[in-house]
Parts: sequence; structure tokens; C-alpha cells
Amino acid sequence: MDFYGVLTNMYPMLLDGLVMTLETSLLAILIAFFLGLLSCVMGMSRIVPLALISKFYVWVIRGTPFIVQLFIIKYGIPQVVQLWAPGFNFTIFQAAVATLALNAGAYMSEIFRGSIQAIDPGQMEAARSLGLPKTRAMIKVILPQALKISIPMLCNQFIISLKDSSLAQVIGLPELFYQGKIYVGRTFRSFETYIIVGCVYLIIITILSYIIKRIERNLDYGKKS
Amino acid sequence: MAKKVRVKNLCKSFGSTEVLKGMDLEVSEGEVVCLIGPSGSGKSTFLRCLNQLETPTSGEIEIDGYLITDKNTNINKVRENIGMVFQQFNLFHHLTAKKNIMMAPIDRKKLSKKEAEQRAMELLTRVGMSDKADSYPRQLSGGQQQRVAIARALAMNPDIMLFDEPTSALDPEMVGGVLQVMKELAAAGMTMIVVTHEMGFARDVADRIVFMSDGYIVEEGPPSEIFTNPKEPRTKDFLNHVL
Ligand SMILES: Nc1ncnc2c1ncn2[C@@H]1O[C@H](COP(=O)(O)OP(=O)(O)OP(=O)(O)O)[C@@H](O)[C@H]1O
Ligand SMILES: [Mg+2]
Repeated sequence: MDFYGVLTNMYPMLLDGLVMTLETSLLAILIAFFLGLLSCVMGMSRIVPLALISKFYVWVIRGTPFIVQLFIIKYGIPQVVQLWAPGFNFTIFQAAVATLALNAGAYMSEIFRGSIQAIDPGQMEAARSLGLPKTRAMIKVILPQALKISIPMLCNQFIISLKDSSLAQVIGLPELFYQGKIYVGRTFRSFETYIIVGCVYLIIITILSYIIKRIERNLDYGKKS
Repeated sequence: MAKKVRVKNLCKSFGSTEVLKGMDLEVSEGEVVCLIGPSGSGKSTFLRCLNQLETPTSGEIEIDGYLITDKNTNINKVRENIGMVFQQFNLFHHLTAKKNIMMAPIDRKKLSKKEAEQRAMELLTRVGMSDKADSYPRQLSGGQQQRVAIARALAMNPDIMLFDEPTSALDPEMVGGVLQVMKELAAAGMTMIVVTHEMGFARDVADRIVFMSDGYIVEEGPPSEIFTNPKEPRTKDFLNHVL
């Protein structure tokens, strides 16, 4: 066993993979945030078709494996689009980000919905009693509070998405795990390589968890001010 | 005197439960009406119908000449004229006392931040809370929160104020401060409808007492009459329990 040797040898690949992993999951989670917000607002809308679209979206994403979603987007969708636009394709990166974003967006939609429902109805009533229309009350009173309580859960979703991004190696995304696989293919150092790859995930996620804990601790309004 | 509130045959059911069974009430400008009655008699429901936090099942409510039970009335506009104070205060948790008061005037009346802030400080001074302007609700006692909540309702310059048991959630030593603010408001000529269990306040401040039971108005009259010489047996019974 030669961890040190493997580490120094694969270090450039490891770094490339890490950058790709972070890039993919950060971009995806950012898109997912707005997607989730949109889906949540649509889901609570009184306009039935909008609400149904949101429900359908969440239902499909939650009810299918991530890897199947990945294949549908990378290989399935382009095939259909090619009927109208020959030559159309997603890059690997686009497909990975899109799938990851769609996936996390559905869960975030549910996180937002839960957070909004957790706000005391008295807050809405107080805002309405002052003359604010429902949408304004939502924007000025409910959403700021709901977003704040959803922060830990959103961060948690980020951790899940970061780990899920490793699945995108099956469509060839050169992320952390993919780089590990390539390295093993070249050197047959399975044990050291995969342990090292695992450790990199572990370190990143430990740092993230620590940040989340800090945020959680400062979540109450006016705790220190 | 001009009628501020006119309620005609107001009924409200929740599913198959009839809560208000035909209420009639008129309130004049500057009048202070105290609504008393046993728990579950529909006092809160009645008050909430007045600003349409509950939608009445049938009947008419006219506020300031606007028929608010009419679907074409812009209820948001009417609500600006009706301040409401809740038992649980319902201050916005994410805003400081001052910002709680500034929010609606900025959003609705398009006041500048500066004007709204000045107005908020005046109101905080009026309720004796100017030193807590930058505190968040959770940093305030119940009584302090309720005084800020009253200031917040006043910020929209309402000409009617609704109070739903404003002191019921307070520690006894906090009650006095809130009642004092309400007394001053009444003395300044505000039209007020107050649901309360504070019989001392009702006796001192109310122009009229309305006794409700089981979704009806059983008896109404000036405090001197209701408290010393109630006519209806149900009123007598209730007063015997609370006085
Ligand atoms: N949203 C609701 N859904 C179903 N029933 C309700 C609802 N709100 C009130 N009720 C019922 O209506 C009745 C009257 O309630 P209300 O809160 O108006 O009474 P109240 O006179 O204010 O009592 P209290 O003194 O306890 O506050 C109660 O029986 C209550 O259970
Ligand atoms: Mg009540």
C-alpha cells in the first residue's frame, strides 16, 4: 500500500476532478434554487394547471432514480429533439448540470413548501389585516422567514447533490470519481485510489457541514444584535 | 353621529358548525364597544369577519360606507382603514419593532423610508417603546410586543381598531401597560371594537357593552346598565362567573 505515492501521482487528476465536481454541483444547486422556488410558487398557485405541473414534476423526480433521469436527459431527449433539429445534442456537462438541477429542484420545491407551511398563519393574517394583498404579504413577510428556516435543509440538499454528481461519471463527466476510475484503469491501484477519492468527498462535506452548523446556530432573529 | 360599522344579519358557519347565527350591530364614529361572552361564543369569528379574515356565510357588513361583503369591494383598501390587534401579537419575527411598523406604510401608502421611519418613531414613543425600536420581537416581553403591535396597526392611520383579547396572552404585570395605551387611544376618539375579558377596562372605557353567547348578541347597553342591572339570565350568569 502506497497512499503517499498514489496521492502525489494522481494529484493533478484529483484536482481536475474536484474542480469539475464543485463546478457541476454548485451551478446545479444554484439553478435548482430558482427552479424549486418557481415550482413551489406554482404548486401553491390557485391556477390549477400550474399547480398540476409542479405536482407532476415533483412526483416524477422523486419517483425515479437519478441515473435514469440522467440517461433520459443525455440520450433520450436529444434523440427526440433531433427529429426537428438534426445534430442537436447536450454536452456531457450540460446534461449533468441539467439533471442534477432538475433533481435537486424538486426536492427544494418540497423544502420551500414545508418551510412556508411552517410559518405561523398569524403572520399572514397580520400582513393581510394591514391591507397587503396576498402576493405582497408573501414577498414581504412569509418568504423571508420561510427562506431562512429552509437554509439548513437547502445546504443539506447541496451535500446530497454533491454526492449525486459522482453518478454523472456514467455519462462521462470528468468529475472526482471519474478521475479515480481512470487512474485505477491505468495503475490498478483500486484500494488507495478509491479511499483517497472517498476522503476528498468526506473532507469537502465535513467542511460544508461545519458551515451549516454555524449558520443554524445564528438562525434566530435577534439572537445577537 | 356617522355610523362606522353596520352589520346586518351576519351568519358564519365552519362546515356544518354554525358559529354566528345572525348578528346585527352598529358602531358610531368614536364609539368604544366591548364584546364580552363565554369562550367559543363566536367573538373572534365576528371580529375576523369585520375585516374579512373570515368570509361570512351570509349577511352584510358595511364599513365606512363600503359594503365589504360585496365581492367588488377592494378589501385590501378597506383593510388599510381597519387596524387589528391579535391575542398572539403576530409581530413579524424577521423585522425589528421599528421595521414592523414601517413595512405596511412603505408598501401600501408609498411613504419614503425616511417618512415611515419618522412616523414609526412617533408611534413607538406614543406606546412607550421608543427605546426598543431596534429590538426584534423575540427580544421583547409579551406586553412590549403587544404595544408595538398596536403601533403597527396605527401606522396605517386606521379609523377603526379591532382588538381580539389583546391582553389574554400576557403576564398579569404586563396587562396594565397595554390597557393604558388602549385607554389613551379611546380618549383620542378612535372607534374601537374590543373583545376582552378585562371587565375593569370594559367598565371604565367602553361606551357600550355587547354580550354574546352561542353566536347571538344576547344583550347590549352602556356598562352601567349591563354590569349592575343585566336583564337576561344568561348575561347575569356569565357576569357572576367573571366578576
Ligand atoms: N377555522 C375554524 N374552523 C372550524 N371551527 C372554527 C374555526 N374558527 C372557529 N371555530 C369554532 O367557532 C366557534 C367560535 O370560535 P371563536 O374563536 O369565534 O370563539 P370566541 O368567542 O372568540 O372564544 P374565545 O373566548 O375562546 O376566544 C368555536 O366553537 C370554534 O371551535
Ligand atoms: Mg377568541
